[in-house]
Amino acid sequence: MLRRTFLQSAFGASVAALTPRLLLADAATDSRFVLVILRGALDGLAAVPPYGDGNYATKRGALAITAPALRLNGLFALNPGLAQLHERYRSKELVVFHAAASPYRERSHFDGQDLLENGTTRPGVARDGWLNRALSVLPAARMRTTEQISVALSQNLPLVLRGENQVNSWAPSRLPEADADTLQRIADLYSTEPYFAERLQAAVASNEIAEGGMKGGGRDPLGQFNQLAAAAGRLLVTDDGARIAVIEASGWDTHANQGAEQGQLVNRLRVLDSGLDALRVSLGPAWNRTAVMVVTEFGRTVAVNGTRGTDHGTATCAFLVGGAVNGGKVIADWPGLATSSLHQGRDLAPTLDLRSVFKGVLATHLSVSESDLESKVFPDSRGASPLEGLMQRA
Amino acid sequence: MTLQAVLAANRFGLGARPGEITDIGRDPREWLMRQVERDVAVPQVIRALPSSAQAFEAYRELQEMRREARAEPASDNKERDPVANVRQKLAPLYLDQVAARYQVAVASTDPFRERLVHFWSNHFAVSADKALVAGLAGTLENEAIRPHLSGSFAELLLAAESHPAMILYLDNQGSIGPNSMLAQRASRRARKAERKLDINENLAREILELHTLGVNGGYTQADVTSFARVLTGWSVGGSRGPLAEGKPGVFEFRENMHEPGAQTVVGKRYSESGGAQAKAVLNDLARHPATANHVATKLVRHFVADEPPLAAVDHVAKVFRDTNGDLPSVHRAVIELPQAWEAAPRKFKTPHEFVISSFRALDFVPDKPLQIAAPFQLLGQRPYTPGSPAGWPDTAAQWDGPDALLKRIEWATQLSDRLRSRAKPLDIAAQSLGEALNERTRTAISRAASAAQGTTLLLASPEFMRR
Repeated sequence: MLRRTFLQSAFGASVAALTPRLLLADAATDSRFVLVILRGALDGLAAVPPYGDGNYATKRGALAITAPALRLNGLFALNPGLAQLHERYRSKELVVFHAAASPYRERSHFDGQDLLENGTTRPGVARDGWLNRALSVLPAARMRTTEQISVALSQNLPLVLRGENQVNSWAPSRLPEADADTLQRIADLYSTEPYFAERLQAAVASNEIAEGGMKGGGRDPLGQFNQLAAAAGRLLVTDDGARIAVIEASGWDTHANQGAEQGQLVNRLRVLDSGLDALRVSLGPAWNRTAVMVVTEFGRTVAVNGTRGTDHGTATCAFLVGGAVNGGKVIADWPGLATSSLHQGRDLAPTLDLRSVFKGVLATHLSVSESDLESKVFPDSRGASPLEGLMQRA
Repeated sequence: MTLQAVLAANRFGLGARPGEITDIGRDPREWLMRQVERDVAVPQVIRALPSSAQAFEAYRELQEMRREARAEPASDNKERDPVANVRQKLAPLYLDQVAARYQVAVASTDPFRERLVHFWSNHFAVSADKALVAGLAGTLENEAIRPHLSGSFAELLLAAESHPAMILYLDNQGSIGPNSMLAQRASRRARKAERKLDINENLAREILELHTLGVNGGYTQADVTSFARVLTGWSVGGSRGPLAEGKPGVFEFRENMHEPGAQTVVGKRYSESGGAQAKAVLNDLARHPATANHVATKLVRHFVADEPPLAAVDHVAKVFRDTNGDLPSVHRAVIELPQAWEAAPRKFKTPHEFVISSFRALDFVPDKPLQIAAPFQLLGQRPYTPGSPAGWPDTAAQWDGPDALLKRIEWATQLSDRLRSRAKPLDIAAQSLGEALNERTRTAISRAASAAQGTTLLLASPEFMRR
């Protein structure tokens, strides 16, 4: 409550008064979009094993999941750690993509992530991210500020949300709150420094909403995922809450002892799986207006390396899940795992541009116009036309 | 007290301690040069820490205990996640390294040198997030970085890449040449070997991409693969199976895993045999012009601005090339950059820098290792866990999220409350920021409701958050 008082005095209005709720209850402004970035290069051949591919078992050797329980169709299955996602598949709320990749064709994590997030075809060229650029043209941003409708579930912004539009951020804290008087004085001190003033104002506002009595957080890179996902749900669920959220989870760089039906990677996928379910639960009825996109920078080698892991590769899988998703299908132009079909003789070949997926979701779910998608959000992406039929409504 | 002395203390050093700006006096450059030109003994509190071999031994004993526990018949004794367990038991090792690092950083009278230790430690980053490295993360900084800042980059590079923490972090200990003696013996013995013996590319790739040439440094996937073959056999002693031989936790070259024959890396053929082959490659990479450029860019980004001015990068790179990467010369070149002495601060402090400089300003460091480590974790930079081999990012955009700012304020409030009976906040501000203290901030501090609030305002002020 201290903060609410502070907000009213420091910025002359309460959070609620700043957001004319119910003015925009139409579908275009009511849709929720969550982007989950898996940093470190998730192994698509383990997360979504192509058990029906005749070359899979021999090429994958000890890491092959040959008799999967969570089948999707005759070719693909889900990793044993993704049981909840399989439920979503059965209830037609999950689309699985395979052999997908950003336009990046080298194997540096950092450049790969850079390009996945900057939405261009080269790393390092854009200082802003595609989701930040998209904020300018969202119908949801017409009546509210971009800061009110977007949030990163981290102390700092990932590249995909950085840019000229202000974006909020939130992460759990174990610190005691600063008192309202001190915050007021700091706000005064910042009044000639907009760089600091804007950030302070945004942080105080989002803290009001996200705090669900949660404290602390695990040290494991994935330990916080559940907590962050649930908090994202709380930030997105209210009428005057956020509409766009980004969650990051690292720890996918499985160079050694990756495991097959059980082991390191399955355990991590289980954390991802339960976190996505926590997001669904905390969204409640708003889940039906939600789409969650789960992506990683690139995939991993088809062959197992010398340390029972896999090295950096190219194409991988991606997921689109949510109550608004037209799911229950796998979208993959499967190139196969025969050596002659592999990218540079070693990686799963990319046949689907991730930008086509992003554009398909932004176009139908968030009502971003095609011209904005081409010119602003994903420049030079004409070759990657938006995928259709991803969402329930056209 | 000149503004130059303030910049020396806050931009090049780790934030002024009480009295430091006065001590720096009239020749701030000379104060900085002194710290990089002479050899400085590794501080006693750091020398007293367990070595990497001892830390590895502790890990091995725990692994052994786990194995025995698992071999016992099932009982009600439910063991928690074994990896989390190992990490928890290695926590005292980790925490002692963290505590020593920050005790030294807060008290140091060679803060520029300490900053360079942190810079290079981050350049050759390993992460304690990996259980195998949890007890070793700080040892690379103390054993490979600290003793090598007065020599050449080539020596530093060799020390870092052959350090057990690096080899284990980037998975090279079991990387095996497909035509090595071990692989050939295995294929003779079992027709269907349960696993294929082959290379792991991780270390080779990160050396090229992160430690030397840089991602646009002109190497290809073929270079990564052949360099990985060169590096086969670079291992650590004292594990199990084929990795048992050698002193536990010490670099071990395993001839029987090394891929025989010449390899071509970045356009040059290396026909050396054994471990000398990788040394030869590293030696050439250390002198490559792309490496000079990559290192210069990172240094200028650290000391001048997130967007490193090209002229400054070129100057430092040229000195790097002309001196074959002589580190004191390279560090001197940074001190000599006019761009590094511009009055307006252009760098937003990382959490690591913010906490250290706060402690230095207040001349305080908590007693218990856990309390020393806590603020770094709370503010998003748990020591020695950069999350990726690229190390912690060095640009404001990675650290200046709204929530990050609020957390700094909350932490500053907590710290100031705790230290309320100490010095007067206006004195602290004058000692810490000197002429850089803004009139607006001075007024706010003087009108504060309490000494604690005044200190919070200082730590939260824009001029303290930047350097």
